[in-house]
Amino acid sequence: MNLQAFLAMLGRDARVARRNFLPLLLQNLVQPMLFVFVFGRVMTTSGMMPESYKTLLLPGIIAISMLLSGLQAVAFPMIADFQFSREIEDRLLAPMEIEWVAIEKVVAGSIQALIAGGVVIPTAWLILGKGLQVSFAQPFELLALAVLVALMAAAVGLTLGCSLGQAQIGIMFSLIVGPMIFFGCTYYPWSALAAFPILQKVVLLNPFVYASEGFRSALAPQFPHLSGYVVFGGLLLFNGIFLWLGLKQFRKKAIG
Amino acid sequence: MDVGIRISRLRKVYTSPPPAGALVRGGPMTGVKFFKRPEKKKYAVVALDDVSLEIMPGEIFGLLGPNGAGKSTTVGVLTTRVRPTAGEAWIGGFEVWRERVKVKRLIGVVPQKPNLDFALTAREMLTYHAAYFGMPAAERQRRSTDLLERFQLTDRADSLVTGFSGGMMQRLSIARALMHDPQVLFLDEPSTGLDPQTRLLLWELIRDFNRHGATVLLTTHNMDEADALCHRLAIVDHGRVIATGTPEALKRSVPGGFVVRLKFDTVSETLAARLAQIPGVTEVQRTPEGGVDLYADRGGTLIPHVVNAAAAAGATISDVHISEPSLENLFLHHTGRSLRQ
Repeated sequence: MNLQAFLAMLGRDARVARRNFLPLLLQNLVQPMLFVFVFGRVMTTSGMMPESYKTLLLPGIIAISMLLSGLQAVAFPMIADFQFSREIEDRLLAPMEIEWVAIEKVVAGSIQALIAGGVVIPTAWLILGKGLQVSFAQPFELLALAVLVALMAAAVGLTLGCSLGQAQIGIMFSLIVGPMIFFGCTYYPWSALAAFPILQKVVLLNPFVYASEGFRSALAPQFPHLSGYVVFGGLLLFNGIFLWLGLKQFRKKAIG
Repeated sequence: MDVGIRISRLRKVYTSPPPAGALVRGGPMTGVKFFKRPEKKKYAVVALDDVSLEIMPGEIFGLLGPNGAGKSTTVGVLTTRVRPTAGEAWIGGFEVWRERVKVKRLIGVVPQKPNLDFALTAREMLTYHAAYFGMPAAERQRRSTDLLERFQLTDRADSLVTGFSGGMMQRLSIARALMHDPQVLFLDEPSTGLDPQTRLLLWELIRDFNRHGATVLLTTHNMDEADALCHRLAIVDHGRVIATGTPEALKRSVPGGFVVRLKFDTVSETLAARLAQIPGVTEVQRTPEGGVDLYADRGGTLIPHVVNAAAAAGATISDVHISEPSLENLFLHHTGRSLRQ
């Protein structure tokens, strides 16, 4: 580990992210905000959904925004780097073990995910209007959760980015990220799947479930949610799995 | 600081297609051995086959060979980007694969295809690169301004690299490789795609860097470049070193120096024997395409004798090509193939 090189790379990523701040923000936030408006505002105001759905929806939207922005922040540059731009080669030649180049990307991606989460909360709040019953009674639990979710998003991004090529980006969204979002307990609590017992077990393999259920338990504990042990256990486990898998794939791509 | 390079019995077999970003850019793997393993439907590509080399500190050393000869894989191994299958490589006192981080401090790398950071300006690219190597901020600024000036990039220093011409990108690549003051500089096909003027500037920059005692290893399939720039050369083909020496010594080693490539309608033993008897001819080689290569100490004056020999043997000449002593002839002599083939 070479802290100087590691920090310089973080500095480089921060410079690039600042340069592209607005497009990055729009890329990550427009879709979740449209969802918030249609389901959280239109459907509830028109009476097709109960007003309490707003509060149920918000934690899921925070989870999804963080997961998508962290995942994309790592996966997209990795795919481009290894396929054609090769920008990363300069960093692979820095005097540091190459695994730290990947870890730096994960750290940078999770910082982006945390910023996305920080922007989503007030924006969604504004869009949802009154009637939201969110509690911030456990700030430390919330913070720990946010950090774990952000790291997991970036680690999933590393794994996908080092496993797929440019031609498979479309497939990645329709076959991997799409199902992860819709079976990720984002728009409904996990307990709502009780009527589909097999599906309810299978979705526990989806790391997104622990992110949405975790935020639900921290922000809106009045709704049914997975217990804190399961949530933190799941997040730690999937962080470990994806970091290990991502580094393995990264080494394969980086060394001939 | 005197840092040389030593390669001992290096072997590299790719068991899967080389990953996209891994090589410091290899050309297509033409001319290497493909064979199927019977038990698995995998292939193995032998890119380096028992390569040993010694490159002295302060030398400009060239690897000359056609595409797919193993030049880029050699550079890949020496720059920590390719894991050798067997053998060892040393840069200074460090074994490359075992002490990658220490080796990376000593080397600067200019890849075959530009891998510049398109999200940064030219100056930022240099300063961030230096920051990875722990250079203090003030020195980063001073050195980057210096190099941008020397490489004639000052007027574009603060614009993004998008829109730079090929020559500008190549110069910036070299400036970046020099930013942390390496002891050994690797250049993989540095002048591919450059116009003659930029190529001359590039050669001057390489000589200038070398003048201060640093070692340079470059790969090329351009004989003029190898001849003009390198103190010593290794000629490589099919992952093996065919010959090493100074450009002059290598050229002298071709029997006679001149090559007269002939094509006939038929080549009989009688014809070959008659050609070998022509005064000045030192060696006669039959080529697979039904021709004959004459190695000789003279060129054009042989032709009347060749015509007579052909007439006496009842053969008709269909093509004649005379080449003067060159590295091309050397390559031809050792491999039976032209570098350009």
